[in-house]
Amino acid sequence: MKFVDEFRDPQRVKQWVQAIQEITTQPWTIMEVCGGQTHSIIKHGLDQLLPESINLIHGPGCPVCVTPIAYIDKALSIAQEEDVILCSFGDMLRVPGSQDDLLSLKSLGADIRIVYSPLDALVLAEQNPDKKIVFFAVGFETTAPTCAMAVYQAKQRGLTNFYMLACHVRVPPVMQALLDAPDNTVQGFLGAGHVCSIMGYHEYPPISAQYQIPIVVTGFEPVDILQGLFLCIQQLERGEASVENQYKRVVTEQGNLPAQQLMKEVYQVLDRQWRGLGNIAQSGFALSDEYAAWNAEMHFSVADIQSNESRECRSGEILKGLIKPAQCPAFNTRCTPEHPLGATMVSSEGACAAYYHYRRYQND
Amino acid sequence: MCLAVPGKILSMTDADALSRMGRIDFAGVVKEVSLAYVPEAEIGDYVIVHAGFAISVLDQEEAKQSLLAFAEMDAQED
Amino acid sequence: MTDKTLNCPLPLHYEHIVMAHGGGGRLMQQLLDDYIQPVFNNPLLAAKNDSAVFDVPAGKMAFTTDSYVVNPLFFPGGDIGKLAVCGTLNDLAMSGAKPLYLSCSLILEEGFSLQKLKQILNSMQQVATAAGVAIVTGDTKVVEHGKADGVYINTAGVGVLETALVINVQAIQAGDVIIVSGDLGRHGLAVMLERDGFEFEHNIQSDCADLSGLVQDLLQAGIDIHCMRDLTRGGLASTLIELASHAGLCFELQQAAIPVQDNVRSLCEILGFDPLYIANEGCFALCVPAHHAEKTLALMQQHRLGKQATIIGTVKQEVERGYVSLISEFGIARVLDLFSGEQLPRIC
Repeated sequence: MKFVDEFRDPQRVKQWVQAIQEITTQPWTIMEVCGGQTHSIIKHGLDQLLPESINLIHGPGCPVCVTPIAYIDKALSIAQEEDVILCSFGDMLRVPGSQDDLLSLKSLGADIRIVYSPLDALVLAEQNPDKKIVFFAVGFETTAPTCAMAVYQAKQRGLTNFYMLACHVRVPPVMQALLDAPDNTVQGFLGAGHVCSIMGYHEYPPISAQYQIPIVVTGFEPVDILQGLFLCIQQLERGEASVENQYKRVVTEQGNLPAQQLMKEVYQVLDRQWRGLGNIAQSGFALSDEYAAWNAEMHFSVADIQSNESRECRSGEILKGLIKPAQCPAFNTRCTPEHPLGATMVSSEGACAAYYHYRRYQND
Repeated sequence: MCLAVPGKILSMTDADALSRMGRIDFAGVVKEVSLAYVPEAEIGDYVIVHAGFAISVLDQEEAKQSLLAFAEMDAQED
Repeated sequence: MTDKTLNCPLPLHYEHIVMAHGGGGRLMQQLLDDYIQPVFNNPLLAAKNDSAVFDVPAGKMAFTTDSYVVNPLFFPGGDIGKLAVCGTLNDLAMSGAKPLYLSCSLILEEGFSLQKLKQILNSMQQVATAAGVAIVTGDTKVVEHGKADGVYINTAGVGVLETALVINVQAIQAGDVIIVSGDLGRHGLAVMLERDGFEFEHNIQSDCADLSGLVQDLLQAGIDIHCMRDLTRGGLASTLIELASHAGLCFELQQAAIPVQDNVRSLCEILGFDPLYIANEGCFALCVPAHHAEKTLALMQQHRLGKQATIIGTVKQEVERGYVSLISEFGIARVLDLFSGEQLPRIC
C-alpha cells in the first residue's frame, strides 16, 4: 500500500533506531498516547530495537479499554429490548460488562450487528422502519465526527428510529489528568496522530509549557513512531519542552475544521468516567440537547444503570504506566482474553492483551 | 487507534459538501466513503480513511520529506 | 396395469424442498433419482445398497469426516458443495492418503431451492471427477423451514496410503524446513465480505481447491514429508501453533516470506485483521528435511496450486513447551498466540 509500505521499510527503520541510539545519553520515560501506536510498537517489536534506557508507557488511547463499564451495561440492556438492532464497531463486542458481553448476548439471540461505519447503521434504520436502530458510539476525537455525521443525517432525514448511545472521550484532558497525578512518571508524549488530524494540535502548547513536557504528534507506522521518539528524546536531551509535529503528511495545526464544526453542532463537552482512571473533567462528548430525540439514553431507561468494576483489575495503574501488565497478580492467571477482568485484556490494543499475545513467554 | 489507512480517490459524487461520497482505491480494494470532512479533496488525491470517512487529505510533499534519511533531513533543516 | 388406488393427482414437481423429500416416499425417491443419482453417477451408488461395498488394496487406509455449514452457500471462488468435497479430500491428502471414495449426507431446509441444490451437487461432482474419486453413499434429511440454513453437508472419505512414510506431528524434527503452498487469507475474507456486506469492491476469490493431486506429486517424487496440515480455521498461525505445541518444538517463521496478496493485505489493514489468522481452503503447510526443501519447492511450483509455494521458516530445537516465533522485517521475534475467537472488524 502506498504511503504505508514506505514507512515500514527495514532500512529506514534501522537508520532511525541508530539515530535514537546516538542521541540518547540517559533514561527517559515516554508515553505513546494512542493504542494504535501501542499495537504497532508491540507487533513490530519496536521497543526491543530501542536503547534499554528508553521506557515506553502504553497510554489510555484505546476506547475499548477506557469506555466506562456502565456504558457497556447500558448497551447490553438496550440490546435486550424488543425490536432493537444494536450496531457497534467490532471492537466493543468482547468487552466485559458487569455480567456479560455483547458477543455472548448475540449468541443468545439478541440482534447485534457489527458495522464498519456509523453510516451503515443509518442505512439499517432506513431499511428497517419497524425496528429501533441503536448505534453504540465510542471512540476518541477521530471517531466522534463520524458518529456525529450519522446522527446529524438522521435529524436531516427525519429518521425517528435511529438512536445513538454516545460515549466519546477527549485526549487532552486525560493527558493533563495523567500529568497531574502525584505518581506521574511520564517525561514526554507521542501525541495521537489521527486524533490530531481532526483536532489539530493547538491545544497542546499550553500543556507542554505548563508541565514542561515535550509533545510530538506522531503517526502509526514504524518509521513514524521512531521519528516521533527521536524528536521527543532530542527535546528531552536538550532540556527543551515544545510541541512538534512528526505526522505532517496528515496533521495540520488547526486540524479538520468541517469535522470540528459538525461536532460542535451535535455534541456537548462534559465530565466523563474513564474505566480504570475515574472521573476526568470535561473529558467526554455527549449528544447536545438539540439531539435529545436521537439520544438512546433518553429513549431507553438506562440512565440509572450503576456498574461495578472488578476489584482485582489493576488496569488503572497499567493505563497510568505505574505497573506493567505482567506485574498484575491476576495477569495470565485469573485474567486472560477468554475471561478478562478488565478491558485492557480485551482490546486488541489493550496493554494487557498486547502483552498476553506477544510477550507471555518472555521474562519482562 | 483510530485505525485509518490511506487510499486514492478514483471518483466522487456531485452531491452537496456534507453528502459527497468518493470511491477510494486501497491497493486493489475499492470502498465508497464519505468525503464530507474533506471538501478540498480532488480526484487523484490520497485521503486517510477512518470508519467510512475521509478525515484528511494526505500531503504527498510532506510524506516525501518524512521519508528522507536522517542525514538528508538534518541537512535540509540547517 | 393402471393404478386404481390413487384418485387425486400428486403434486410431484416442486421447485423447492418440502418435508416429503425426506419422508421415505415417492418424493424422496424422486429427489434421489432425478437430482442425486444422475449427478454423482457411479455404479456403487446406483446399486442402491445401504452401504457401498468395494475392494481395498492391502496396506493402510485413511478415513476422515467433516461437516460444512458455510454462510453464504455461494461465495466468490466456490460454494458449499465444492468446499465439502475439497475439504474432505484435503484432510485425506494431509495424511498422505490418495482419496478413493466419499460419502455425502445432506441436511436440507424445507423451502430450499432445488435449482440451487442441483448447482451444489454439480460442484461436488466436478471436484470429485477432477480428483478421480466417487461419491458412493449418502443420506438425505429434511428439517422444517427455519431449523437450518438452506443446506448443511457432511462428507466422509476414505483413501489409501501408497507411501511407506509416516506423516504426522511426531515426525517433525528440528532442522526441518516449513513450506507454505500458497498465499494466505483469501477464503475467509471472500466469505466474510459476501456475508457481512461492508460493500467493498474487490476481486478476492476463495482459494478453495483439492490439494490431493499436488500432495500425490510430492509423494511420488519421493519427498520425505514429515508433516502436512491444511490451513483452515484459524489460518496459518493457529495451525502451526497447534503443531508446534504438540511437537514440543519451536517453529521460527520469517514474516517477510509469508505470501499474502496485495488486495488481501489492504483489506486486512482496513478492517484490522491479521492475515495469518484467516481461514484458507486450498493452502497447506508442510515440514520437510532441509535437504529436500529445494526439490519440494520446485515440484510444488510446477503444480497449478503450488505456484506461490515458499519457504517461510524452519523448525528449531526442542523446547519445554512448543511455540511459534515470528521474526519481523526488523529482525525482532514475537511469539504467536491463539486468538480467543474469530477476528472481528475493528476501528481501533
